[in-house]
Amino acid sequence: MKSQMPSTPTVSKAALPSGEGVPEAAPGLMRVNSRRIAGAVAALVLLVLIMTASLLLGAREVNPMIIIEALTGAGTGPDHAAIIDFRAPRTLAGLLVGIALGISGALIQALTRNPLADPGILGVNSGAAFAVVMGVAFFGAREMGQFVFYSFAGALLAVTVVYFLGSRGRSGGTPIKLTLAGIAFGAVLSGITQGFILLDESTFNAMRFWGAGSLAATPSGALGWLSGTVLLGVLIALLISRSLNATALGDDQAAAMGAHLGRTRVLVVIAVTLLCGAATAAAGPIGFIGLMVPHIARWISGPDQRWILLYTILLAPSLLVGSDIVGRLIIRPDELQVGIVTAFVGAPVLIWLVRRKSASTL
Amino acid sequence: MPTFLAAKPAAHEEPAAPQSPSEALAPAGRLPINFGERVWRLRAGDRGPSLLLRARPALTGAVAVALIGALAVAGMAMGSFTLTPAEVLQTLLGQGTAKTELVVISWRLPRVLMAIVIGGALGISGAIFQSLTRNPLGSPDIIGFNAGAYTGALISMLLLGGGFLSTTIGAFAGGLATAAVVYLLAFKRGIHGFRLIIVGIGISAMLGSINTWMIIKADLQLALMAAIWGSGSLNTAGWERAVPLLLIAVALVPALMLLSRPLQGLEMGDDAAAAQGISTEGAKLWLLVIGVCLTAICTAAAGPISFVALAAPQIARRMTASGRVSMVSAAVFGALLLLASDLLAQHALAPIQLPVGVVTVSLGGIYLMFLLFREAKRS
Repeated sequence: MKSQMPSTPTVSKAALPSGEGVPEAAPGLMRVNSRRIAGAVAALVLLVLIMTASLLLGAREVNPMIIIEALTGAGTGPDHAAIIDFRAPRTLAGLLVGIALGISGALIQALTRNPLADPGILGVNSGAAFAVVMGVAFFGAREMGQFVFYSFAGALLAVTVVYFLGSRGRSGGTPIKLTLAGIAFGAVLSGITQGFILLDESTFNAMRFWGAGSLAATPSGALGWLSGTVLLGVLIALLISRSLNATALGDDQAAAMGAHLGRTRVLVVIAVTLLCGAATAAAGPIGFIGLMVPHIARWISGPDQRWILLYTILLAPSLLVGSDIVGRLIIRPDELQVGIVTAFVGAPVLIWLVRRKSASTL
Repeated sequence: MPTFLAAKPAAHEEPAAPQSPSEALAPAGRLPINFGERVWRLRAGDRGPSLLLRARPALTGAVAVALIGALAVAGMAMGSFTLTPAEVLQTLLGQGTAKTELVVISWRLPRVLMAIVIGGALGISGAIFQSLTRNPLGSPDIIGFNAGAYTGALISMLLLGGGFLSTTIGAFAGGLATAAVVYLLAFKRGIHGFRLIIVGIGISAMLGSINTWMIIKADLQLALMAAIWGSGSLNTAGWERAVPLLLIAVALVPALMLLSRPLQGLEMGDDAAAAQGISTEGAKLWLLVIGVCLTAICTAAAGPISFVALAAPQIARRMTASGRVSMVSAAVFGALLLLASDLLAQHALAPIQLPVGVVTVSLGGIYLMFLLFREAKRS
């Protein structure tokens, strides 16, 4: 077995959330800090390039000079207006949503010690969808601007229920209980949600667009609120990144090293709720970024959470904004929702990663 | 819903259920070492053939079968034209009036039969996939069958207008093609559970995107029809669907009997299974093929009904208090779960007819929450 499948033992251990096996510290591509810093600078340059491209490309071509004029406030014209009113808010929303999804994915994978966990597992997406459906069915919500409120409130409520459900009993909120609680409560919610969607045509119509996940619909009034929430979540994530390194060793060893397990878990749950809840509220449920990007970051930097978080902050928005550009260009003048594109960009990379021997020891 | 699936499999990898190796390794026919479990020995005459029955699975199985019978009669009695259970039984025995015959035999019996057979088949395919991946949350979804079947059905509905036959063929072709692609992409010196899960998630996510896009682009009426098909429904059950389903299901029984021993061997891991003389890669391929066939006939008949394949083997394991999931008990509890869910779907909000898949997801979730409460109490 060992010769047949060299990666098997470490994979199944890393996949175990119960903390029995310490995930083997697979070294990343970059083994010294100087190279990691160089890599981070390269990732930053990539992000800036992609964001510039997001301003430039779209249904109408814009001269690069006009962007500078528009952003500095000099000059008015249809192109300037397109950039200020549409592309700049959309790019900013992509940046914030990307960061939020990536960081919450990295946090939830570190907490559950499960490489397959994604931020939706705590019930964020199912809670948000449930609340939006309730809003549509009972309170006449029809526009994206109204969905933002319902979706964020639903995410908060669902995670609260999941957390209390999962932390009953003496052992508290262990990763496996939180995961199970999230799946169970999420299933109940999504069953009810589906029932409402399928029984009413107008609810169905509203939800099929919301469910695809799109940056085009983010109301620009939500940007200030979105950036505040994301900033708070990222700050919490950076503060607990050292404790997360200890958590990776398993509950017992982490406690022996003096990590505050209970406090770390609560902070992770709060940060994930803020980040993923805000992202889902702003753009609808977008899959794959939270699952994928932390894997790529870990693959580049090695298992230190602080580096993983840094790379995730740079790479997740690159992937999201990049996918959004692809979605805008691929069937011009029509648009493909970004939630649809991310799976197509992400899944081949994920499959390629898991087929590589070294990368499967994530 | 790929993101929802994503963390399931690995998150729940519990330590292997306590299983007595001596029990599994004992040659057929000999009484294995008894670990305090009550076993009944039935023997025809003094030296005739004998049968060992483990008391707990036999009893709970019998109770479950009785419940299925009761629910089946209830299912045939309830509805806009209400009958008494006695009338239903009379009609089934051929002594009903023309009117009760129309209601029971032509309308309600095929639906009840389909719920039982589909529930049983999904339970068995869940047991197969959970043993193959050695993961209590494995299910046919992991190889992307349902996502692929949905894609196939959507394409044929949107392009060909959505007759029963074209939808069925589309679902069949889509599901089988997806399963084959996932198998091939996951194959690398053998099939390994973890890689199969990841590749399945990736392919399902891509297909899910295509499905979302088609639903958005389609005409609202057509999209709603497709979405109802996609959540799994028995609302259109009838003999023309039940007969092929029953025939294929019966035809698969001998294959299942042949594979049940290798399946139990594989549960102990590839090495232990190989040591018992099981050709592991061959057995895995056959189990995958049979599991996919079972899922395929269910999906063709009623659309992708979720959660039955996932929950039935787990319920069976806890009800029979045994470490391993036998195909028979998974089938019995799958049938019970789907039949009960379908009754709820028909009558809970009558006259509104819910798709049964909506009910199975909620029931399964509530059951998982109940488990969680119980385990929290114990610790």
